[in-house]
Amino acid sequence: MNIFLQQIVNGLVQGSVYALVALGYTMVYGILGLINFAHGEVVMVGAMLSLTALGVLLGWDVSPLLALPISVVIAMIGCMALGYSIERVAYRPLRHAPRLAPLITAIGISILLQNLAMMIWGRGYHPFPILFENSLHTFAGAIINDIQIAIILLALIIMTGLMWVVNHTRLGRSMRAVAENQHAAQLMGVDINRVISITFMLGSALAAIAGLMVSANYGLAHYYMGFLLGLKAFTAAVLGGIGNLRGAMLGGLLLGLIESLGAGYIGDLTGGFLGSNYQDVFAFFVLIAVLVFRPSGLLGERIAERA
Amino acid sequence: MSLRTTPALLFISAIVALTGCNKSGNDTAKATGDMIVRIGAAAPLTGSQAHIGKDNESGTRMAIDDANAKGIVIGGRKIHFELISEDDQADPKTATIVAQKLVDDNVKGVIGHLNSGTTIPTAKIYSDNGIVQISPSATAVSYTAQGYKTAFRVMANDAQQGHVLGEYAAKNLGAKKIAVIDDRTAYGQGLADEFIKAAEAAGAQIVAHEYTNDKAVDFTAVLTAVKGKQPDLLFYGGMDPQAGPMSKQIKSLALHVKFMMGDGGYTPEYIKLAGDAAEGSYATLPGVPLSKMPGGKEFETRFVAKYQPIQLYAPYCYDAVNVMIAAMQKADSVEPAKYLPELAKISVDGVTAKIQFDAKGDLQGGAITMYQVQQGKWQALETLGASH
Amino acid sequence: MSRRSLRDSLRFGLLATLLREFYTMNFFTKHNSRLLFWLMLAALVLLPFVTDALLGRGWVRIVDFAMLYIMLALGLNIVVGYAGLLDLGYIAFFAVGAYCYALTGSPHLAAAFPTVFPEGIHLPFFIVLPLAALVAGGFGVLLGAPTLRLRGDYLAIVTLGFGEIIRIFMNNLNAPINLTNGPQGISRIDPITIVGVSLNSTQSLFGITLPSVHLYFYLFLTCTAVVVFISHRLERSRIGRAWMAIREDEVAATAMGLNTRNLKLLAFAMGAMFGGVSGTLFAGFQGFVSPESFSLMESIMVLCMVVLGGMGNISGVILGGILLALLPEILRHSVVPIQQSLFGKTLIDPESLRMLLFGFALIAVMLYRPAGLWPSRLRKRELQSDETAETV
Repeated sequence: MNIFLQQIVNGLVQGSVYALVALGYTMVYGILGLINFAHGEVVMVGAMLSLTALGVLLGWDVSPLLALPISVVIAMIGCMALGYSIERVAYRPLRHAPRLAPLITAIGISILLQNLAMMIWGRGYHPFPILFENSLHTFAGAIINDIQIAIILLALIIMTGLMWVVNHTRLGRSMRAVAENQHAAQLMGVDINRVISITFMLGSALAAIAGLMVSANYGLAHYYMGFLLGLKAFTAAVLGGIGNLRGAMLGGLLLGLIESLGAGYIGDLTGGFLGSNYQDVFAFFVLIAVLVFRPSGLLGERIAERA
Repeated sequence: MSLRTTPALLFISAIVALTGCNKSGNDTAKATGDMIVRIGAAAPLTGSQAHIGKDNESGTRMAIDDANAKGIVIGGRKIHFELISEDDQADPKTATIVAQKLVDDNVKGVIGHLNSGTTIPTAKIYSDNGIVQISPSATAVSYTAQGYKTAFRVMANDAQQGHVLGEYAAKNLGAKKIAVIDDRTAYGQGLADEFIKAAEAAGAQIVAHEYTNDKAVDFTAVLTAVKGKQPDLLFYGGMDPQAGPMSKQIKSLALHVKFMMGDGGYTPEYIKLAGDAAEGSYATLPGVPLSKMPGGKEFETRFVAKYQPIQLYAPYCYDAVNVMIAAMQKADSVEPAKYLPELAKISVDGVTAKIQFDAKGDLQGGAITMYQVQQGKWQALETLGASH
Repeated sequence: MSRRSLRDSLRFGLLATLLREFYTMNFFTKHNSRLLFWLMLAALVLLPFVTDALLGRGWVRIVDFAMLYIMLALGLNIVVGYAGLLDLGYIAFFAVGAYCYALTGSPHLAAAFPTVFPEGIHLPFFIVLPLAALVAGGFGVLLGAPTLRLRGDYLAIVTLGFGEIIRIFMNNLNAPINLTNGPQGISRIDPITIVGVSLNSTQSLFGITLPSVHLYFYLFLTCTAVVVFISHRLERSRIGRAWMAIREDEVAATAMGLNTRNLKLLAFAMGAMFGGVSGTLFAGFQGFVSPESFSLMESIMVLCMVVLGGMGNISGVILGGILLALLPEILRHSVVPIQQSLFGKTLIDPESLRMLLFGFALIAVMLYRPAGLWPSRLRKRELQSDETAETV
């Protein structure tokens, strides 16, 4: 078996998950200049909703082929509603408040959602049902399974779709206009509130998909799963240049690769002095190194002069 | 007072008023002639370990309900035990606040805490106030090594359990090349280090020591690194939420190893999360299988009917309360100072094992049982003695 | 209403008065009336006794922790509130301070260096405290240096990374040399001793019994007072004004001839020193430190205190620290009884409800007072004039 190639595959899978979540962060940031700290929790709610829907549907003897898309749609609708309400309740009233105020409400929402989820879905870990035979494929000595292939493909498809929406639709043009200058966009007849709401809903729908993919891949969902995932995805978004869709994708994939190669080779690199326990240290060092040389991330705009 | 401060003041007053409600409600519990004796319990009831914390609370609650149903008489008065359960959030700082609160609430003994990191600093507070503490699940050696007379545990410590695990891996399973992964928590790291010592002493070679953390779900990178070293056994020091997906990923990376864990993996949750990848995994649990102890099977049936399937430490909590009450009965007093000497020399059959403490407060000569997943269920293989 | 509950409401009436007194006082700034100051001092000196008598000793411990949090919040206030640098890894300096004392005030190092320190190191507290402040300050500069060019959220993520890096090192430096004892943490840390008096014991003075938590309270109070004093002087100094200039517009500040690099590093160092002091006190108070006390969530909590209370305003930050340190504990004591009095039984798990209400309180306060509960006058003015203009 080719260890190196396997680590690349591991990194790509993990990275695609980060990228999917990072897209949600970056969309909101691009438009509002706001870190949506609660995004990780939306992913968690997405995972929980789709699991519940799946459980109910499978209980009614619906075929897995039908149950999966239905539950994805249910989770997406649920998360879109959630994303919309989060924006309405916690961010919109603070749009002209000091910059850190929405950060605190985001943390509040995050705590709120976590504990609500704990009350609704309980404290236990929920296993993901096995819907299809998850067969293994060996290619050039590395092993990859069906779900992992699906994750990588899905991340690419969603990314492409999103790029198309942003660059080639009327909605996308309004989004770019709002991102550039809210005031001017408003004068040009763009309904800012509508655009922002739609952005949140779009990001949350992506979060629902990401939640489902994560829990399918790792086989579990838990009310606490959103926090760390959100943090990693946020890091990925910053690494790529927050606010930039391609950057989120790149940052996610890179972070995944850094983590898996770091965990795999850090011991050999340091002669056994440091081990995989320093995996996150390694990842953060790379991030810091990148930011020292490119203060607005890999693909971020150079004019990050707003404080 | 200026006008602009008014709203904030209202906020504060509201909070203060809320607290006010509480205090008055506290003592109205039982208006009968029984003497109320409070027993404290502390475990994380929120956060990522909440499912195990709640299990602890249920085990404690059941023992207390049982004692109340029996109508125990101590010092000539009928005793009504009352449980004060607190959430320590698995955080050492919150834990000391909780400990002090339990002291203030005038508890006569404490069942807790769940984690080593919370049990160690609180031991000092309980000791300072002369309150007996029995931890159902803290395994760090240093907990009872601090020299507090009030600190006990009804669980084997890392050294005892790691020793049994390491010897079993090398001798009974004949593992020559062993890989170890630990989750860098006090529990996982402590157990893994003791495992390594014992396995090396028994002639096995540690070919890889990798690490993860207690919130991770993706282990493919470290597992791939492990695979490169071609071990024949993999030991994981950590809890079931990680062990479950780890087993799955071991399978999907076609890593052919025997998989072994400590008590943190011995849960129904592990089998649920690992699915068919759980088959053949090993785990130890201090004590004797419930079915082998008098009252053990019956305890399990009643517990499952009342709460939910046993997660992990509920039986130990049940035992901890029972030995505490047994010591109170022997001393004919609920005062910790009086029943502490009785507790130190107690010898009773619990549902997990025969419970006796050594001079430090550790479980004496405790048996440790090796289990394996067979046909989707944990099956006891054999009970091994702890040699420390 | 039973007699007991009547007495209780009286107690809390008193507490409310105390809090109100505290709240309406603008420390040394506006009402510089001497009487108010002495009243305040007397109230603070009596606070542990009053709390102990009315609410129980557990609350004295909670107040002790609140003091530590106030110090942390004031330290972070220098970085975030004055200099406008968003720091999400601030708890690392608290950790550095705590481990400084844990290593130099416990038998722990005896295991790693049996020949050099056969008994471990047991430096006296008054040496460790400045030492820890210096070490933490050094770390502040070390971590601040690479981030000088970064702004806003990029800075936030890098500081967050530094916070995690320090925690990870503490969690793993038990091998190859056992320096921090890894996840097991360091226990048996010496209690803080001042002029031969161990604060871990009950002392009596003029016939008044002073339990350990009271003694620690007075120590923490003294340290907090020093921190408040330094913060206050800094705020009014040239340095303080320079920081605020950087916060408002870094480009303009540079153009005015300010050395923004050194000023930013100074802000990081000062903030880190306060954190280090607080950490040292924490280690001595707890007698045990382990890396799990220094998680990211703690950094976020301290940031919440600063922002919720009122960034840049010392009194506001103190208020934020007190509220957020006390709120979870107040909710711990009140969610069950409130449910019982409303519905006659406990409907919702108290623990979930407690954190739920905590999250809700964060949102509600920010929506209601976006600049914090007690904003600095400058901020407030800005906010009012900003209402029509576009904010960035």
